Amino acid sequence: MAGQQHDSNFSNPVIQWIDTRLPIFTMLQKEYAVFPTPKNFNYFWNFGALAMVILMIMIATGILLAMNYQPNTHLAFDSVQHIMRDVNYGWLIRYLHENGASMFFIVTYIHMFRGLYYGSYKKPRELLWMLGVVILLLMMATAFMGYVLPWGQMSYWGATVITNLFSAFPIVGHPIVTWLWGGFSVDNPTLNRFFSLHYLLPFVLVGVIFLHVAALHVVGSNNPLGIDVKSPQDTVPFHPYYTAKDSVGICVFLLIFAIIVFFMPNLLSDPNNFIPANPLQTPSDIVPEWYFLPFYAILRSIPNKLAGVCLMFGSILVLFVLPWLDTSPVRSARFRPIYRQLIWVWVAAVIGLGICGANKPIGIWVVLSRIFALYYYLHFLVILPVLGKLERPLPLPDSISRPVIGGGGGPLPGGATAKPMEKA
Amino acid sequence: MRAVRSIFTCVLLGGLAAGGIAAAPALAQDAPTPPHQQWSWEGPFGTYDLAAAQRGFQVYSEVCSACHSMKELHYRDLAGIGLSPRQIKAIAAAVTVPDGVDDQGSPKEAPGTPGSQFRSPFPNDQAARAALNGALPPDLSEIVNAREGHADYVYAILNGFSDPPPGFKLQAGLNYNEYFPGHQIAMPQPLHDGQVTYADGTPNTVPQMAHDVVTFLAWAANPELVQRKQIGWRVVLFLVVMTGLTYAVKRKVWADVEH
Repeated sequence: MAGQQHDSNFSNPVIQWIDTRLPIFTMLQKEYAVFPTPKNFNYFWNFGALAMVILMIMIATGILLAMNYQPNTHLAFDSVQHIMRDVNYGWLIRYLHENGASMFFIVTYIHMFRGLYYGSYKKPRELLWMLGVVILLLMMATAFMGYVLPWGQMSYWGATVITNLFSAFPIVGHPIVTWLWGGFSVDNPTLNRFFSLHYLLPFVLVGVIFLHVAALHVVGSNNPLGIDVKSPQDTVPFHPYYTAKDSVGICVFLLIFAIIVFFMPNLLSDPNNFIPANPLQTPSDIVPEWYFLPFYAILRSIPNKLAGVCLMFGSILVLFVLPWLDTSPVRSARFRPIYRQLIWVWVAAVIGLGICGANKPIGIWVVLSRIFALYYYLHFLVILPVLGKLERPLPLPDSISRPVIGGGGGPLPGGATAKPMEKA
Repeated sequence: MRAVRSIFTCVLLGGLAAGGIAAAPALAQDAPTPPHQQWSWEGPFGTYDLAAAQRGFQVYSEVCSACHSMKELHYRDLAGIGLSPRQIKAIAAAVTVPDGVDDQGSPKEAPGTPGSQFRSPFPNDQAARAALNGALPPDLSEIVNAREGHADYVYAILNGFSDPPPGFKLQAGLNYNEYFPGHQIAMPQPLHDGQVTYADGTPNTVPQMAHDVVTFLAWAANPELVQRKQIGWRVVLFLVVMTGLTYAVKRKVWADVEH
């Protein structure tokens, strides 16, 4: 009957006992301790770990909030006030959760930019990237539903506008909207299901993130040079090198987060959401949270509702096929002189869209948002496929440990770099 | 242009149409930006001026509370503006609040306790509208957070009443206010010089009373502010030290790697 026991050699007898039966310690050792990681990461490579930290903060604070929150249209607004005023440190828990959503998006957007700049989506990391896009979509759905829960004016009207987008689809549109609402307007059933889904989706998120990390550990990390790891000299074990470096990033991140939470917690909140939801009174301007503004601007730049909705969703869906749109074999923008500049034009267009999304769609803002939206698509659908064929990349270095040819500061191969490997 | 506006209106009003609701006309956004005032709670070290907040509570009790509720507050919360438990008990006991039902099932009232919610002037919104010419006075618990311009806006409104400029058509029952969007506000000028008698001899001018009551309302909207900043400084200092230490460790760990 005896199955095969895992061969384990931990000195601690308890760990040894567990590990022979369930080799989680061997797994952790392999994936997080000795895991060979390119040694040339810059601080952009911190943002994946930061996203994990903020996700854990969101889940922890969210569970505590759910203990005191009432998902009922008559009670929701007051229950949030109760959390802010009467629950012990309720204000702290809620401000962490509320601002944590914004931090999560900042961190994730920078993480994605890192991927775009250094070509992390290219072979063999296409699936890793696509799982990342799924994570972004899940985050967006979760954040949108979370914003509805306080049941303020912007919660209610934001939910109304966004769910109504689905009515743009012919024939199935209105039935879909009714189905989403659980009725004929945004009301108690909507709030109930949004609360349920807002609690559920983060755990789905955890599952997809697990796949994202699992895929990462199969193909290995990209690096600022965008070239493959050639020898053990190119890598260091994850621990202690990147645990130490990630810790620095986490401390700086927590510092910025703390300054926002403790000294300007309402910086990003809309005054309208301090007014209880009122179906009879529309706010003069309905704006989503900042992290949705670029997509909102794309939606409003198109004078046809269905086309606007399709282009808005398309602006994220296009990321799924990005690995095949970019025809350049070179990953890192460092060695792509033209892409290196155009990626910043694209970033400027996205920020421009965000600014347009925050302003009423009249006059110059319409013109600008159309130009930016056009460029957004142009970048992915025209520039990237064509540029890969035309651009003459700079010569790639031979390896990570022997970087730029003639780039000065010749590092020592062998000796110095071999040392850390001995620890592994 | 028109097409874009119509798509926006379409998206915006799609919900309204689906809900079978008529949209209220958008108010003209032609009010000037409220001028910035000096407030004691601003900046990373700012705290509430408790004397001003207490005077402001007096203004709220004697003037505002005739029409405006503050449902999110309890009398016990007044400890936050420096009132003693005895004072709070006396303030609560001076009002009657709803107290469930009696043995016959009829609603009954009882003197307030520190645990009671602030007494609302009207039993419900309909009663308020019926008594006030159709207007509904907003709850003031969060008013400072709930308006663009925050404390400056509330202060500007309280000081912004005047006769309408020549040619301005004021609807019957409304009042002219420079800072209100559209300039026509249902609330008549609430504060007048000498209206409240301060025990500490502070001059009871309209700007002074407005300043005091806004201080009180700012506290009511963010009662956690003082504790939040106190904890915040400790957290920030801790994280600064922690960041320094972590960076030193990182330098040491990486010292033997050429990268």
